[in-house]
Amino acid sequence: MAVRVQHEDFDLGAEVDALRAGNRAVGAVASFIGTVRDVSEGASVSAMELEHYPGMTEKSLEKIEAAARERWPLLGVTIIHRVGLLQPLDQIVLVAVASAHRGAAFAACEFIMDYLKSEAPFWKKEDTPEGARWVDARVSDDAALRRWGIESFNADPSDNKDE
Amino acid sequence: MQLELRYFASVREQVGQGAERADVPAEVRTVGDLRAWLRNRGGAWAESLAEGRALRMAVDHAVARADTPLADGCEVAFFPPVTGG
Repeated sequence: MAVRVQHEDFDLGAEVDALRAGNRAVGAVASFIGTVRDVSEGASVSAMELEHYPGMTEKSLEKIEAAARERWPLLGVTIIHRVGLLQPLDQIVLVAVASAHRGAAFAACEFIMDYLKSEAPFWKKEDTPEGARWVDARVSDDAALRRWGIESFNADPSDNKDE
Repeated sequence: MQLELRYFASVREQVGQGAERADVPAEVRTVGDLRAWLRNRGGAWAESLAEGRALRMAVDHAVARADTPLADGCEVAFFPPVTGG
């Protein structure tokens, strides 16, 4: 399955092997891994809890994959997002994309991450010395998605005048 | 009309529950109507679903807006801006 939401860790090498397996048309693989940092907004982070919306999350990631496949001639896509309790250094998210040439692989990988950041229903809660706090959405992430011609009002839904 | 309601992250914590089944009056036709109807419960509901508050909504797992219509039995979710990745 190309889209997975799981508690378990993942292995980049194994995932890329699976993505390329037996496909002689693949000439390029690009991948991105997001990891847990130990500092956020000036505070040290000892752990992070990732919540999601079971059912909607998977549909959202599948929609994002489909949007990428409409834009570029892709030969394979893997999106894995972890949920539950994570520590600094842990891997959070993997996006890997296979195509014939590097241009499509690089672009689609970045597109999928930009789309995921503003549209997939995940929420991070950080443990800091001052207590646990929900991470704030960033307007810069909405801007990153708009570069691809997709409107996003995640960080500030009140900007969407139709609402 | 019966609706399945879901709350996530900071909204879930504020209203003190993650899920409920609600029987709403006939005049509640859209997601925006439902948001206003829930606000009338007062307290944490009025605060967490307040107008102008950054809040996202979904109907049957698809992103919704205030004017998205409701149907009997549908699942409606309220949650803060997403922060995955």
